[in-house]
Amino acid sequence: MRKDLLGIADLTPEEIYRVLDTADAMREIGEREIKKVPTLRGKTVVNLFYEPSTRTRTSFEIAEKRLSADTLNIAVAASSVLKGETLSDTAMNIEAMAPDIIVIRHASSGACHLLSRICKSRIINAGDGMHEHPTQALLDAFTIRQHKKRIEGLKVVIVGDLLHSRVLRSNVLLLTMLGADVCVSGPPTLIPKGIERLGVSVKTDVDAAVRDADVIMMLRIQQERMQGAFFPSLREYFNVFGMTAARVRRAKPDVIIMHPGPMNRGVEIASDVADGPYSVILEQVANGVAVRMAVLYLLAGGVEDEAAA
Amino acid sequence: MKRLLRGGRVVDPVNGRDGVFDLLIEDGRIARVGVALKVENDTAIVDVPPGLVICPGLIDMHVHLREPGQEHKETVATGTAAAVAGGFTAVACMPNTSPINDNAGVTGYILGKAAEAKLSRVYPIGAVSRGQKGEQLADIAELRAAGCVAITDDGKPVATALLMRRALEYAGMFDMPVIEHCEEQTLKGDGVAHEGFQASALGLRGIPGEAESIMALRDIALAELTGGVVHIAHMSARQTLDAVRYGKARGARVTCEVTPHHFVLTDEMLGAPLAYDTNVKMNPPLREVADRDAMLAGLADGSVDAIATDHAPHHYDEKQVEFDQAPFGITGLETAVSLCFDRLIHTGVVTLPRLIELLSINPAQILRVPGGSLTEGAPADITILAPDLPVTVVASRMRSMSKNTPFDGWKLRGGVAATIVGGRTVFLNPACSELKV
Repeated sequence: MRKDLLGIADLTPEEIYRVLDTADAMREIGEREIKKVPTLRGKTVVNLFYEPSTRTRTSFEIAEKRLSADTLNIAVAASSVLKGETLSDTAMNIEAMAPDIIVIRHASSGACHLLSRICKSRIINAGDGMHEHPTQALLDAFTIRQHKKRIEGLKVVIVGDLLHSRVLRSNVLLLTMLGADVCVSGPPTLIPKGIERLGVSVKTDVDAAVRDADVIMMLRIQQERMQGAFFPSLREYFNVFGMTAARVRRAKPDVIIMHPGPMNRGVEIASDVADGPYSVILEQVANGVAVRMAVLYLLAGGVEDEAAA
Repeated sequence: MKRLLRGGRVVDPVNGRDGVFDLLIEDGRIARVGVALKVENDTAIVDVPPGLVICPGLIDMHVHLREPGQEHKETVATGTAAAVAGGFTAVACMPNTSPINDNAGVTGYILGKAAEAKLSRVYPIGAVSRGQKGEQLADIAELRAAGCVAITDDGKPVATALLMRRALEYAGMFDMPVIEHCEEQTLKGDGVAHEGFQASALGLRGIPGEAESIMALRDIALAELTGGVVHIAHMSARQTLDAVRYGKARGARVTCEVTPHHFVLTDEMLGAPLAYDTNVKMNPPLREVADRDAMLAGLADGSVDAIATDHAPHHYDEKQVEFDQAPFGITGLETAVSLCFDRLIHTGVVTLPRLIELLSINPAQILRVPGGSLTEGAPADITILAPDLPVTVVASRMRSMSKNTPFDGWKLRGGVAATIVGGRTVFLNPACSELKV
């Protein structure tokens, strides 16, 4: 494995499969009565979160603890950012205390790249601005593979705010790299310029987009986007793009519905779909821990065979 | 004191000269240009080695000298030191200092600092609006009397069509150009990079080329309405070039400039070799290959009037931050000539006389300032170019106080041998030791 995990763009298919296979072994640890292995004993992991996050931060922290790492959470509100310290200075100060891994979440795209240039510690990107969220894409791939046994050849539809979504970018990179047929859909105001160059098809007609889909992946609509006049109202958004049971019926009978969370019920997804039989949303959350254990373990220098030992 | 530059290739398109001539400098002026001039006893002789080119002093019509107010980025002294090292005998400096150059006091301060530095000439450019706030016109006649050669609200466009109309009308009384930073502000929004595939892939907020061309079209229409003179600064988008061509075809008094970085680089630099390098963040942003190629075509076919650097020094600390938090801008004075030779001359895009038109003749004409020729009697502002000099860009050795350049480490062919302002040698390139000027 390389030094850092900054984005899916840096990975090869072999590396992705290695993470997924390692996560298979890690998942079993979470099912034991004593959910802890000594794998990362003596390693220090800093979770540096510049954006509020419940799911991702908790998931990383549980993963770190199950591997016996010493973990430290630095949240933005309690940090020296408020005193005017730059990211570079914060990074150098943390670096001076010699952590092994820094997990960073930041509102600026490329913040983890800046950190990676400054720090000798290994950097894991837990979401940088609108750029990438690689562990989310890995856990999504893990969940898809669990249900479909493969990724190659699957028809995956991603619907929502494509423009501002780091989940979209990581997923598109990963899924196209592994041979899935990816279609993205959303209002034209929220489709990034040139996105089709990443090897996806773009359809604004969501009914057409979901036809025969194996996987439907919903993206969160941030309500503040209405101020930017990206779409007229939440009501209209739900009518045109919301994932309803009627729309789900256009997909394959064994379609799975995914969402990276947090959900806006009644905006991008109807509650009966979110809680319905096709939904794997909570499985994604559960798998997140195993996938992040795998990433931490592989970055810390392990090989998958001894992972669960 | 008299000095005779002997045996160099003199390229002086205004006077129709391109060949080996002797050039006599006397009392800070060009006394004579001719073949095998007679040497008198009191004349110092400077033999110009073969291969070097003597041309009218280069003029950079778009720089930020940062003084007063931002002396941690650059001062008039360090900025003009960078200018002469880059072959420029004159620079025109933008008014977005602190305080804004919207009154004679600030203009006088800048000119005083330039006189102390005794390096390049400095032509201040005043603000269009008081405090560059886009509300009321600045005291333009006062600015002009104090030494300003043009007006602009650079950094942003003149806020409203009405104010731009008034500025063109009012400045038109003095035949003063209004220099416009073209950018439709709502389309630009909080964009930090060119809107296109690269920005999409990297998750950076985009600025479409149309944000520039829409404003250029507004200003061209207003130039027609008023008969005023508008100059489009740092043009980057192919649509803007089309707008300028349209305006010129209609007889509007419009000119435009392009920066070296916009005819050399593209937005592919955002991702590699260094992802999210804040030294490729500038406004307007690096655009696509099609835009870069359009700029090269415009330079070749005459639609582009000038090359200007938009030299925008920023302190290391200011650039060592997240990409979207970093200020826009890169330095340009000390890399411009080498980039022009390497990417325009040695590739055959333009001829040397055309390059001199872009870097000297036209800037002088647009700003209505002296220079642009080696006419007998004119001030001896002369640049000696070394077209084949191998140059390695080393940011840390630059004269500019700031080192924010994306060209660090680049190997280029062509550079500056010496810079002479008012007959005085203000820069001599140590790499051209055979020249004893």
